[in-house]
Amino acid sequence: MLQVLRLRAKAMEAIRQFFSERDFLEVETPAIVPSPGLDVHLSAFEVRDPKGSPVGWLATSPEYQMKRLLSAGAERIFQLCRSYRAEEHGRHHEREFTMLEWYRAQGTSDDVIRDTECLVAHIADVLASADAGSLSSPWDRITVNEAFDEHAGEIIDPADEARFFQTWAEAVQPQLGKARPVVVTEWPASMASLAKLNDNGTADRFEAFFRGVELCNGFGELTDAAEQRRRFERDRAHRIDAGLPVYPIDERFLEALELGMPASGGNALGVDRLLMLLTRASSIQSVMPFPAEEL
Amino acid sequence: MADTSDIKKGFKMLIDGVPFAVVDHQFVKPGKGQAFIRTRIKNMMTGAVIDRTFKSGEKVEKADTEERTMQYLYPEGDTRVFMDTQSYEQLSLTNEQLGENALYLLDGTEVDIMLFEGRPIGVTPPTFVELVVTETEPGFKGDTSSNTTKPATLETGLQVNVPLFVNAGDKLKIDTRTGSYVERVKG
Repeated sequence: MLQVLRLRAKAMEAIRQFFSERDFLEVETPAIVPSPGLDVHLSAFEVRDPKGSPVGWLATSPEYQMKRLLSAGAERIFQLCRSYRAEEHGRHHEREFTMLEWYRAQGTSDDVIRDTECLVAHIADVLASADAGSLSSPWDRITVNEAFDEHAGEIIDPADEARFFQTWAEAVQPQLGKARPVVVTEWPASMASLAKLNDNGTADRFEAFFRGVELCNGFGELTDAAEQRRRFERDRAHRIDAGLPVYPIDERFLEALELGMPASGGNALGVDRLLMLLTRASSIQSVMPFPAEEL
Repeated sequence: MADTSDIKKGFKMLIDGVPFAVVDHQFVKPGKGQAFIRTRIKNMMTGAVIDRTFKSGEKVEKADTEERTMQYLYPEGDTRVFMDTQSYEQLSLTNEQLGENALYLLDGTEVDIMLFEGRPIGVTPPTFVELVVTETEPGFKGDTSSNTTKPATLETGLQVNVPLFVNAGDKLKIDTRTGSYVERVKG
């Protein structure tokens, strides 16, 4: 237990030092939010007041509020916070986990990929991780289609979402980043989420993998309010069709985009997963002082 | 009907009419995509282990299996007769169904029998059994080293390698998981 506490304290200190040296401002945003995100595959915990009236949801990520800070003029911001996801439990999932999220106004997804490479190498050094030697930048980059082609022997039409993700989960992801981390780029436009589109029509979204584990998910951010509203409405319709809880659209977030959010790059990194990988632990629970099952 | 949230180690489910036991399972959720449960499951009829992926939330059928503690009574032709220690109900298993486990059975030995839809499909003997040596070369009294071994036949027909000091008539503790000698016990 003490070992876990020391590991985490050391890592948090290294993260703060890394961003402060690069002139990032540490920010805080609320845990209870008016909309936890409409993504069809995310499930949020609802929060009610003592009389039983709904007051909101626990944030599945601090994205909307951090982007409002970008619109308000913040340029480089980072946050270390707890994020909450219902119905996720496994060796790489916990209902509450520590998220590191950062944004660079005027930045691109390339800029934040570089941040990620340097940050992870820095933390590995500070923790004297056995992996410190294999994390130097730049990490290899491949597109989603290249990853499918290499590991599944075929490219799968993202319109067949079930097959796309099942093949990804079974054949592709476990093979990614075996010796060194790899960055997977050019996701299908239908999975753009809050990312802008590349010139070739794919989403400006990336994920880094190390030993088959997804470490982070980043975007060249979508700043077009009208397009963002269309995507929200599409996701909302999917949720209704699938019989899932339907969350409100965060109108203040859309207002902030309308007022003008600078072109930005952003990334969200699972701190527990990173610590698990750097210490060669077998689960994120083993680098957490209080995994849900031991509460 | 159960669903994937019920899946844990040892959970028994029915796939195409065959009972499978979960050996290992992992929740996976690629990026912003659909979540899956990847499982490693063991065919309870054949022992074969396979990988299978379920969509998170997918319905799975719980297998109607039950493990009962039963006492071995006696052989009857090519079968062995067991009795439920609680209900006194009797059932027979063929030597073929029992396989090597038949070699751990003495009158009164209690075993766990796995039943699938009421039919026996597997037997777990006690982890340790004590069996008497019926045949082995005479031992050397002074040799207590266990590095050198010799073959011995036990009362059930089981063959094990034993240290040189073991004699016919000695009672031995046997590990049924490995089928190997553990120690000599007082008879």
